[in-house]
Amino acid sequence: MADLQKLATMLQELDDQMAACMKCGMCQGVCPVFAETMAEADVTRGKIALLENLAHELVVDAEGVKDKLNKCLLCGSCAANCPSGVRIMDIFLKARCIVNGYLGLSPAKKAILRGMLTRPKLFNALLDTAGKFQGLVTSKADEIVGTSCSRLMSPIIGERHFKPLAKEPLHAAVPSLDTAVGASGLKIAFYPGCAVDKFFPQVGHAAFKIFRHHGVGVFMPEGQACCGLPSLASGDMESFLRLVELNVKLFGQMPFDYLVTPCGSCTAAFKEVWPKFAAEMPSAIRHAAMTLADKAIDINAFIVDKLGVEVPTEAPKGGTPLTYHDPCHLDKSLHVTAQPRALLRSNPNYEFREMSEHNRCCGCGGSFNLYHYDVSKKIGERKRENIVASGAKVVATGCPACMLQISDMLSQAGDGIAVKHAIEIYAETLG
Amino acid sequence: MNDALIKEFEAIVGKENVMHAEADRQAYSYDAAVLEPVVPDLVVRPTTSEALGKTVRLCNENALPITPRGAGTNLSGGTIPGRKGVVLLTNSLNKIIEINEQDMYAVVQPGVVTAKFAAEVARRGLFYPPDPGSQAVSTLGGNVAENAGGLRGLKYGVTKDYVMGVDFFDVNGELVKAGSRTVKCVTGFNLSALQVAGEGSLGVINEIIFKLVPPPAANKAMMAVFDSIDKASETVAAIIAGKIVPCTLELMDKKTIELVEAFTKAGLPTDAAAILLIEVDGHPAQVADEAEKVVEIARRIGAIDVRAASSDAERNKIWEARRAALPALARARPTTVLEDATVPRSQIPTMIRAINRIAEKYNVTIGTFGHAGDGNLHPTILCDRRDKEEFKRVEDAVDEIFEVALSLKGTLSGEHGIGLAKAKWLEKETSPATIAYAKKIKAAIDPKGILNPGKIIGA
Repeated sequence: MADLQKLATMLQELDDQMAACMKCGMCQGVCPVFAETMAEADVTRGKIALLENLAHELVVDAEGVKDKLNKCLLCGSCAANCPSGVRIMDIFLKARCIVNGYLGLSPAKKAILRGMLTRPKLFNALLDTAGKFQGLVTSKADEIVGTSCSRLMSPIIGERHFKPLAKEPLHAAVPSLDTAVGASGLKIAFYPGCAVDKFFPQVGHAAFKIFRHHGVGVFMPEGQACCGLPSLASGDMESFLRLVELNVKLFGQMPFDYLVTPCGSCTAAFKEVWPKFAAEMPSAIRHAAMTLADKAIDINAFIVDKLGVEVPTEAPKGGTPLTYHDPCHLDKSLHVTAQPRALLRSNPNYEFREMSEHNRCCGCGGSFNLYHYDVSKKIGERKRENIVASGAKVVATGCPACMLQISDMLSQAGDGIAVKHAIEIYAETLG
Repeated sequence: MNDALIKEFEAIVGKENVMHAEADRQAYSYDAAVLEPVVPDLVVRPTTSEALGKTVRLCNENALPITPRGAGTNLSGGTIPGRKGVVLLTNSLNKIIEINEQDMYAVVQPGVVTAKFAAEVARRGLFYPPDPGSQAVSTLGGNVAENAGGLRGLKYGVTKDYVMGVDFFDVNGELVKAGSRTVKCVTGFNLSALQVAGEGSLGVINEIIFKLVPPPAANKAMMAVFDSIDKASETVAAIIAGKIVPCTLELMDKKTIELVEAFTKAGLPTDAAAILLIEVDGHPAQVADEAEKVVEIARRIGAIDVRAASSDAERNKIWEARRAALPALARARPTTVLEDATVPRSQIPTMIRAINRIAEKYNVTIGTFGHAGDGNLHPTILCDRRDKEEFKRVEDAVDEIFEVALSLKGTLSGEHGIGLAKAKWLEKETSPATIAYAKKIKAAIDPKGILNPGKIIGA
């Protein structure tokens, strides 16, 4: 599969970055996975030591290293707290590609990543079909959260309280858009992301309402492809590059000011991750990809910073108690923390209460949740305890992946606390 | 390691607490010291006191070396399993057993994280002062075993000053009880002291009784900038001579200031030769009085700038510079060799001049910061370990730093421990008889030589 020469070069680059780790161990204090497993190989320092030993052929069991490497939420808590400023996310994403390059992807992952994510139409069609039939196999578990336990699918999804796929995904309700620039004078490209499209179309509709209200011209092409983060997290450079190319083709033709997404992980993928892999991109698309990366912006930041929405400086009192969970990609990668809170303040029907450990990872971590559900759940339960302790009746956040995980946790405990995207709270205030 | 023996360990601590896969063992081959890793044969993590004792016993029966390990943050190789064998993890023994507000003591298991303990103590209105740099992750067992220090050493002392008692397992897995919950206790030998700075070579810590103190009611932070290291040092001496004992008295040298400023852009004067960061604490009236005196002393001796924080935000800003010291240094080059040679505080200018001369002689970059109040400096050598020629020069420079520290009647290690890194130097600081005496104690207590072998005295 991958060119060996290139793998060797990447390994060398990685060695330079790994050498910066002084093994001080400060990552132990902030790693959500380590807090549950207390195993050194699960924390960044241990993973870097393993990778170094792999690079220097001191480890024989590459498969064992791969397992440890994959047991990571990619939340970036360690990177944000690393005294040496080690570029941990670069190391881990690239290492996953390198290790997988040697070991080859598992057949199942190959099928999903290559076969489905890179063929958006097929992916959509399959999930559309699944969405229509899921009423037969799931039962309503928690009306407020809106998740469903599976009956027939329990061997696969275990005890999870899965959000059901939306009856009408966003792409079915609004296949595409190209609206004129209004009062804001801004034209944006809207990238809902897979999870908003398929699980939380209401977040997309809230975004449309906000764009209409502020006179933002919206370009939303049909057949959008995944941002590529899941591919890289699985170490599949090939499908990542194909996804970059698809997105570049789709968005490259239209002029717009910003690429706006309501998903913290997608924004971080465009803005932070794509540039890390610029050297791997074919030169024909590199420039366009970097332009897209440059234009990407989180929707909370866009509304507050670019639309100049006036938000009250004083938080309203007396409304429904509301709290906010900082998604890792928004907080630790993009440093978007004030804007979603400003949007929450704009709605007088809610009273904001900061929860303890508000920026501690919820434990979702994309496919981490699928492969390490036991650990993921323990981390999620700590998040749930903090939410409940805040006394909130609504928990807002800025990433649909966090929404899925938090919904699962709250629903399993039957807490009756609703989960929303911060922009939904703001959209409620618009006529 | 044979399967039958692994099964015996599993029977004691549970299957999930015995790690023998290669990748797991590799992750316990190092600590924060810049030394060669050594991969252990097995990693065992007891979750109860009983299991801890039985594990020690089984190791001794099979003559397996034991390396106790908490968070593995120590800077002298104390947790590197130099002779392989078993890495014994204490981080699941992490219960705070008791915090007694009336009698001001606490009883903890060794795996409790230092900062979590300090926060819990603070929540009860009391104070546990030792604050080693790694406190966010380090464990109390490790702090005792290394006699960890911190920024508050000058006024509040170090970990040993808070140890009232230690229960530990001897090499046969029998529980030895030492010290008590009382302020005074003269019951027999002071066996707790064997565990303080013992690096796990004379027993395995099971429980610790810590002294707690009332927290200071007020504090005030100050920063003084100097155009010469001598004036900074003279100021330190004058503050102490003035009968003022600040809780923290930190120094950053020119190289550190340059790097911190490049990293934080906080507006530090990069033409300065030294900065002192000072904090006094105690009764509000005393704090106000002492802060005024400190400012006056620094001005009199010729500080080019002195400022005192008038709010929490300003206090934070002052300490931000100190907190940035290690990150700023660590980012400059791939490898960071953090030393802790310590001298009587009057010798600080001589020591810093010597360090700068050594840096020039061996053509290496050294930034020095540290606890000027107690003479504990951190000369930090920035290099790339992969460059063998450069690293040889670094090792030579470190050797010479130790020579100088000892010639100034200082010590090899103020707070990082001896471990593997400095064992070869210990005789030079002490005497052949001292090492022989220590070896006799070790041989009597641990006849098979399995308790963290090779550390401190090389036995």
